[in-house]
Amino acid sequence: MSNKILNTRRDFLRTTASGLVAGMLPVSLVRLASAQEGGPDFTFAYVSDAHIQHVKGSQFVRNWDRGLIRAVAEANLLEPKPDFVVFGGDLAQLGTKAELDHGAEILSALNYKTYAVLGEHDYYLDLGEYWSELYGDHYYSWDHKGAHFVTLNSILTYDDWTFNRWESAERRMNEMAGLDNPNGSPFMVGKKQMDWLKKDLAKVSKDTPVVVFSHSPLQKIYKGWNFWTEEAEDIQALLKPFNKVNVIYGHVHQIQYNQIGNIAFTSVMSTAWPWPYPESYAQAESHLPILTVPMNRADPFNERDATGWQFMNMHTGRVDLEFNLYDNTNRTVAFNEQKGHPEDTSYSDPTNRTPAQRHY
Amino acid sequence: MKKIASILLAACVAAYSVEVSADEFTKEDAERWMEQFEQVAAEGRALWTSPELGTNGVACAQCHPNATNTHPETYPKFQKQMGRVVHMWEMINWCLRNPLEGADLAADDPKMVALQAYAYKERRGVELAPGKH
Ligand SMILES: [Fe+2]
Ligand SMILES: [Fe+2]
Repeated sequence: MSNKILNTRRDFLRTTASGLVAGMLPVSLVRLASAQEGGPDFTFAYVSDAHIQHVKGSQFVRNWDRGLIRAVAEANLLEPKPDFVVFGGDLAQLGTKAELDHGAEILSALNYKTYAVLGEHDYYLDLGEYWSELYGDHYYSWDHKGAHFVTLNSILTYDDWTFNRWESAERRMNEMAGLDNPNGSPFMVGKKQMDWLKKDLAKVSKDTPVVVFSHSPLQKIYKGWNFWTEEAEDIQALLKPFNKVNVIYGHVHQIQYNQIGNIAFTSVMSTAWPWPYPESYAQAESHLPILTVPMNRADPFNERDATGWQFMNMHTGRVDLEFNLYDNTNRTVAFNEQKGHPEDTSYSDPTNRTPAQRHY
Repeated sequence: MKKIASILLAACVAAYSVEVSADEFTKEDAERWMEQFEQVAAEGRALWTSPELGTNGVACAQCHPNATNTHPETYPKFQKQMGRVVHMWEMINWCLRNPLEGADLAADDPKMVALQAYAYKERRGVELAPGKH
């Protein structure tokens, strides 16, 4: 285990510093080198989709536990220390107190201030009540070193589905927990939160970098698996007046990135398991952002393959992501100022792609 | 003796011609057989999404929504971790033993047939590509 972590750290340092050739430069030098125009310059870590799953008694699905424990251990080794950590939602699998408590206990080993995003697996049993006891408000904003951060609860849905459709809370949770369940319902932020977001953003100057954390993509990729937010266009319209906007989302358990106007979108990986790209479902049409170089296809014989967590470098109002992948080569998706969109720093050129990045 | 042989021959010819006519089936037959398939595929979908298939509550659909990334069209194929060419049911058993922490199913177990019927159904229309990685 300790060897593994050391190797991962070395990989991490090497790939983060790759633009500067010298392999062992401290990350802080990289940050200074890339800081321009006086924008905020700092780092944070992002862990998501742990899906802690209760079996019975004190037993939890070992596989998912290990993924989260490893992310926490590795994030604690980061040097320099990140300013904070975000947990991107789906801490639990079926939203029970046992699962949320067990997940929260693992996360509590983080040595940093932790912000939490609500996922649908945390919510649909008791509508986020116990999650709130652990992590507070379902949506909120704060300022940090000159940037404005917003956390949304993007996994709400139509009231009729939530309040009238199901005979029990357990049934409702189970129906929403199935990704491909045709009885599910599209994700939304809802009118109340839209009004709050409008008011919140009204206080922010247009040249302040804005970073939005949501669980679902605030863009429409594939409705069948809820890689989707119903009011995506309306939210994008609210973010449009700002010069630099970054949206980071979980839920999809895979690498995706996109640019819509001034808004850079990037997904994060799950610590539990990877999801296939929607294009691999032969019976439906989907819209994976064309900028995306896919993650490697998962090797099912390696339980940690195609899972991992992220380390983010914020500079000049843009977020660069280091995908810290447990059993694949790390990936870096950085904002390319010239091209005006995020791109993979190693694999964007189609001739550099690997066979395992081909999905079908 | 010769007489017996000719009787036997006649019987064989008769049996043969009966088999030929047994190969005729109606549109209704084909529809009924498709219904049989759909029923088994539906049972497969129920098993695919069931927390009861293994022992730890993990369901196939958790990693394979709509049975994606199972690629039934690529089997039989070489699985490097098994070190040989296997059919899909052996890979399903690997999943039953590992992520689901459960027990193997026999190749002809109705549950195994149903799981594969569902995965094939979700992949219908895709060209066969045995051996593909
Ligand atoms: Fe998730
Ligand atoms: Fe989710």
